[in-house]
Amino acid sequence: MGGHSVQLNQKQLWGGRVSPFQVSYGKMMMWFFLVSDALTFSGLLVSYGFTRSDSTEAWPIGEETFNSLPFLGHGYPLVYVALMTFILIVSSVTMVLAVEAGHRMDKRGVIKWMIATIIGGFFFLGSQAWEWYHFIHGGEFGKVELADGSIAIVKGHFGEVEDFKVIKAGKHYKKDEVIKDDLMHSFQHAAKTGNIKNGIITLHDGSKAKINKAEDHDLTLIIKKDGKINKSTKETKVIEGENAKKLYYDAIYSGQPNRVFYGATLKQNEYGPQQYGQFFFFITGFHGFHVFSGVVINIIICVGVLLGTYHKRGHYEMVEKTGLYWHFVDLVWVFVFTFFYLI
Amino acid sequence: MERDDLIEYSLPSEGKVGLHSEQEGISIRKKIYKVTILLTVVTVLEVFLGAFIKQDSGIWPLVKWTFVALTILKAGYIVVVFMHLGDERPWLRYVILVPYCLFILYLIFIALWEATAIKGVLSF
Repeated sequence: MGGHSVQLNQKQLWGGRVSPFQVSYGKMMMWFFLVSDALTFSGLLVSYGFTRSDSTEAWPIGEETFNSLPFLGHGYPLVYVALMTFILIVSSVTMVLAVEAGHRMDKRGVIKWMIATIIGGFFFLGSQAWEWYHFIHGGEFGKVELADGSIAIVKGHFGEVEDFKVIKAGKHYKKDEVIKDDLMHSFQHAAKTGNIKNGIITLHDGSKAKINKAEDHDLTLIIKKDGKINKSTKETKVIEGENAKKLYYDAIYSGQPNRVFYGATLKQNEYGPQQYGQFFFFITGFHGFHVFSGVVINIIICVGVLLGTYHKRGHYEMVEKTGLYWHFVDLVWVFVFTFFYLI
Repeated sequence: MERDDLIEYSLPSEGKVGLHSEQEGISIRKKIYKVTILLTVVTVLEVFLGAFIKQDSGIWPLVKWTFVALTILKAGYIVVVFMHLGDERPWLRYVILVPYCLFILYLIFIALWEATAIKGVLSF
């Protein structure tokens, strides 16, 4: 044994004071949590891809489905989602600036950037609420089942429903009365339940009225599911002009129920197959829930910064750990944006 | 007794652990702003591609793979720069990235394989 002994000083000996990977316990566990959460999201996105590639019905296209902006209406493909992405990226940047300020022990800097991050988070949540509202509410045309059994989504400018003129009295409305309230709601409800026949609507009280509606412009049908005549191949899927109008109104004025569907529920949606709506709600909802909890955690940590808890501790590692979570939320959105909206 | 199992803060750096000077702060912020611009430009580019190239056009497969590549690029910058994984010890990087990549590649492989098979059965 003699001759082999090497003198080790205290520094070289492991005294239990070195943590694995030279990283603190909290930070390492945050990383491990993020890995498992990332696998959850990957599972969701992969199952989305799986369902999409098995679907026998044409899958909705991002730029056709998400083309609206608040106050401006339709015709802005993907702009709104891009804006949401930008908001989230910016809030990620303000978070990393807060972490950087924490490394310099700059308390005011940390507070400033954390508040900016929280505001960004609220903006994102608000945008998502608007998007969900819009998705659930749907467009004015809806999705229509044409006479040959094919299913089409509809684009164009809907001519406003101006009034209903009662031609046969019911329990509530008298003959020749002109109804001007709640028109769009009654119209869509009647179209869905098959209560419109040849331009005559049967209202909920049993009265019949003539629909006075402005002309639609640029009505276009895009076939999503093959029927006997209309096929969803590249050359035949788009139907425009008078033919489109005839096919559309033949269907919704047919007097048959369930020929048209507006908006989205978990069972059905006007954009495409049932699973599309379910994945939309689940993936963006699960992500939105992460954003929400991220905002809550950020607020808690921000209060801690304001109270000086971390300054007294000598480091702002808590800000760094919440920062990791917040960047992760941004990271997930980058993937959701690509795989749900772009591709 | 002082607990020795708690290492509160241990980002490897010379001198003061985990802290950096005002001078270093300036260069770090510069890097952050550079990455911000890059992420924004990539997102704008993606939206333009998505809005103007139709899914039934001939070059769509190429666009699709461009999206995937750009997404991985964005994710890389977020993880390495914003989440500071680039500043951590190499082994921590491997412990996080290697199992994740293995799992996800396998998951994608098996899902694509099964989806193709099921589609074959459904359209038979």
